[in-house]
Amino acid sequence: MKLEDLKRAVEGDREVELEEGDARYIVAVAMGTCGVSAGARDILAALMDELAARDVSDVIVTQTGCMGMCDREPMFEVRTEGAGPVVYGDMTPSKTREVVAEHLVGGTPVEKYTV
Amino acid sequence: MEELALHILDIAQNSIRAGARNVVVTVEEDAEADTITIVIKDDGSGMDEDMVRKLSDPFFTTRDTRDVGLGIPLFAQTAEMCGGNVEIDSESGRGTTVTARFRLNHIDRPPLGDMAATVWALITLNPKVEFEYSHSRDGAEFVVDTAEIKEFLGVRKLSSPKMAKYLKEYLAAGEERLVES
Repeated sequence: MKLEDLKRAVEGDREVELEEGDARYIVAVAMGTCGVSAGARDILAALMDELAARDVSDVIVTQTGCMGMCDREPMFEVRTEGAGPVVYGDMTPSKTREVVAEHLVGGTPVEKYTV
Repeated sequence: MEELALHILDIAQNSIRAGARNVVVTVEEDAEADTITIVIKDDGSGMDEDMVRKLSDPFFTTRDTRDVGLGIPLFAQTAEMCGGNVEIDSESGRGTTVTARFRLNHIDRPPLGDMAATVWALITLNPKVEFEYSHSRDGAEFVVDTAEIKEFLGVRKLSSPKMAKYLKEYLAAGEERLVES
């Protein structure tokens, strides 16, 4: 895929850029040294891939640092207005996809994966 | 870390946390000189001499969630294990440059790993930061400049799930072409 191909792909699939204030959820993936060495990059990949597959356009994914629970990495935190943050730990790519489906799309946190 | 690409992702996080608006990552593989040089340069808050001296101490950290700061010490350990070292050049208010240089063909050198995924992660997570990435290997080079890409595509961010999907393909293809050349 060259730059011209990238342009063609993007132009054929235009979307409105999401502003931070309009996001339904903000997902912060822990990217401290503990998170990165435990597999945070793969968690991010699963997260973004599942969001794209389900055509979700109102979720912002960002990063955070070490949360002080290094033995529970990889971790990510889901923030939304009107509710406290939900922190997920010991995540795997497949658990991450479950959280996308049930929490980010379905609206119900997956208690069994929270810390 | 199992891959050098993960060290790079980790160290670049320091740049982000230091408030960098521009981060430059270069990977130079020189088979003839038997060296690999990795540079992570940022225009973040930088550090004074005192802090630079403390960086290699694993028990030094700027965070308050725990008592260790392992990113630089682990990278330095990998470099030293491969006959090289990590140098930090920093100026308070200007930014920081981390340079790792060690033997490409050292038996203990971890694989470079998935640089496309590392660069993709950095770009995807940081829509307001511009990245310049260059990976060169014996004369061939793959260059990524987010400011140029954004202008060429006519977009302000490369971070949406949809954009991230295309970006990932583009970066993987670029890295693959370099490896095959």
